[in-house]
Amino acid sequence: MLSHVMIGESKKHRGIGIKNKENIWHRVWEKLCRMHLVRKLLWGVLAVLAVVVLYPVFFLISGSFMGDDELVRYLGAVITGKEGYVDVPLLPYYPTFSHFVEIFLDSPEFFVMFWNSIKITFGVLAGQLLVGIMAAWGFAKYQFPWKKGFFLIYMILMLLPFQVLMLSDYLVLDQLKLTDSLWGIILPGIFSTFPVFIVYRFFTEIPDSLIESAKLDGAREWQLFWHIALPIGSSGIIASMVLGFLEYWSLIEQPMTFLKDKSLFPLSIFLPDITAVSKSGMAFAASVITFFPAILVFLGGQDYLEQGIMAGAVKE
Amino acid sequence: MIQHHQNCKNLRGLIWILPSFLGVLVFYLLPYADVVRRSFTGAVENSFVGLENYRAILGNTAFCLAVKNTFLFTVICIPILIVAALVCAAVLDRSKYGGIVKSAFLMPMALPAVSVALMWRLLFHGQGMVNQCLGNFGIQGCDWMNGKNAFWILVGSYIWKNLGYDIVLWMAGLSGISENIYEAARVDGAGEWQCFLKITLPNLKPSLYTITVLSFLNSFKVFRESYLVAGDYPHESIYMMQHLFNNWFRNFSFDKMAAAAVMESVVMLVFILLLQKVWDRKE
Repeated sequence: MLSHVMIGESKKHRGIGIKNKENIWHRVWEKLCRMHLVRKLLWGVLAVLAVVVLYPVFFLISGSFMGDDELVRYLGAVITGKEGYVDVPLLPYYPTFSHFVEIFLDSPEFFVMFWNSIKITFGVLAGQLLVGIMAAWGFAKYQFPWKKGFFLIYMILMLLPFQVLMLSDYLVLDQLKLTDSLWGIILPGIFSTFPVFIVYRFFTEIPDSLIESAKLDGAREWQLFWHIALPIGSSGIIASMVLGFLEYWSLIEQPMTFLKDKSLFPLSIFLPDITAVSKSGMAFAASVITFFPAILVFLGGQDYLEQGIMAGAVKE
Repeated sequence: MIQHHQNCKNLRGLIWILPSFLGVLVFYLLPYADVVRRSFTGAVENSFVGLENYRAILGNTAFCLAVKNTFLFTVICIPILIVAALVCAAVLDRSKYGGIVKSAFLMPMALPAVSVALMWRLLFHGQGMVNQCLGNFGIQGCDWMNGKNAFWILVGSYIWKNLGYDIVLWMAGLSGISENIYEAARVDGAGEWQCFLKITLPNLKPSLYTITVLSFLNSFKVFRESYLVAGDYPHESIYMMQHLFNNWFRNFSFDKMAAAAVMESVVMLVFILLLQKVWDRKE
């Protein structure tokens, strides 16, 4: 901090000495900044950008409440291949729940997919809660041989994209006869090293003195874990769960690669056909039902989500 | 006695990570070792072929195309994303409505790829919404996903999806800079722009490493949308490593896949280590 004050100081002295060299554009910029004009302008740009960013969400919701005829009127060019262009719809004129009703009453396969998504997501999260948190606690507060090596392996595994591990995954699932089974998606997910890393970040912040004094009071190992690690690290645990939910709820590669049986497909790879009038409305509604839980988790856990993102970023 | 106690204590830590590590061993490490072995053996008979597989993929046109595209994509979109996020974060930082706008930017992160794909198909169709808007200005549109522009759509969707994520990271870095420094500088007569150049940027340098690495990792996820919109064989400008792996997997070209996987993991490791080295030296 001192050095920065000093930089400011020396800058000032230099500024007095060679004032003419000061870039004219800088001075104009400075003035604009002082008038808060640029800031306001940037704010305006950001606000517009935010609306653009949000538009797809809005559009999908609005589309799901439109009747067939309205959808055809707006989106006919893509859906039925008629002349002209798609219109940019805002709100449905005659909102209807018909597509949602249709999905809930007439498409049992949609239910199956929804259920598969639930099984995959919660199966993975429950497993991660069990083994991941324990591992994070071990890494954060214990010394053991080759700890650094273990941790390095965990970090590297966290960083590798799916395609690199795809063949390895397939080979082991094939050996264990788990291809074409939801367990083939859930088990590798449970042992993902990402949550270990996130929760580890939060656990390291628990002061050692607290643990020491609990030990002096006669607390056992599991009691330390249960009464200190879990409550104090709870926000980290929730953060990793929120990130995990968003990840596994929209899982694409693994089910696409390892599942052949369509009755096992989760919602995240259900891409309905929109080129038929009767189906386009359902596609919208299905899409809304798919992202609804994710949005709920997002809105409810945004603070945790941000903490989780930041925890992943602290440099080792 | 003390020695024994010490040993017990050492092993206790291992017990905590044991369940997790066994899983990692079975599901990741051992199979990866097998992949490394396979990368040196032939496809049909299990004989040692040396670097033959590596030579084969380096001469493979699909592989070269995928590498080129993935490289181009990474080199173009990561700097754009990082700079754009920094600008947004600097504007949003310490302002009243920053939180709401930040939420808006984070939202796409929660959208499942299938929903996004549905949207993309309506937006970038030959008769889609983007062309409709362009038409209003008298500009002739095109079939976006089946032309050279597909690449830029992919860059755009990557930035759209990850902007909020990077903004959060930058804002974390920004909030780590003490307000005192700014105040001291302002007393010395520094303007906002000068403060940004001389205080904010140097102090954000440590964040830059992690943001680069995380943005790089997230760049592999755009494949989800591109796959859902364009399928196994998209326009050649967006034929990425992931498409290649998928197609090889379906054709059971496990020998090529193994070699490519080993190669990619090595490249990624080198990239990350290099980046860390560069940043360590700068600090």
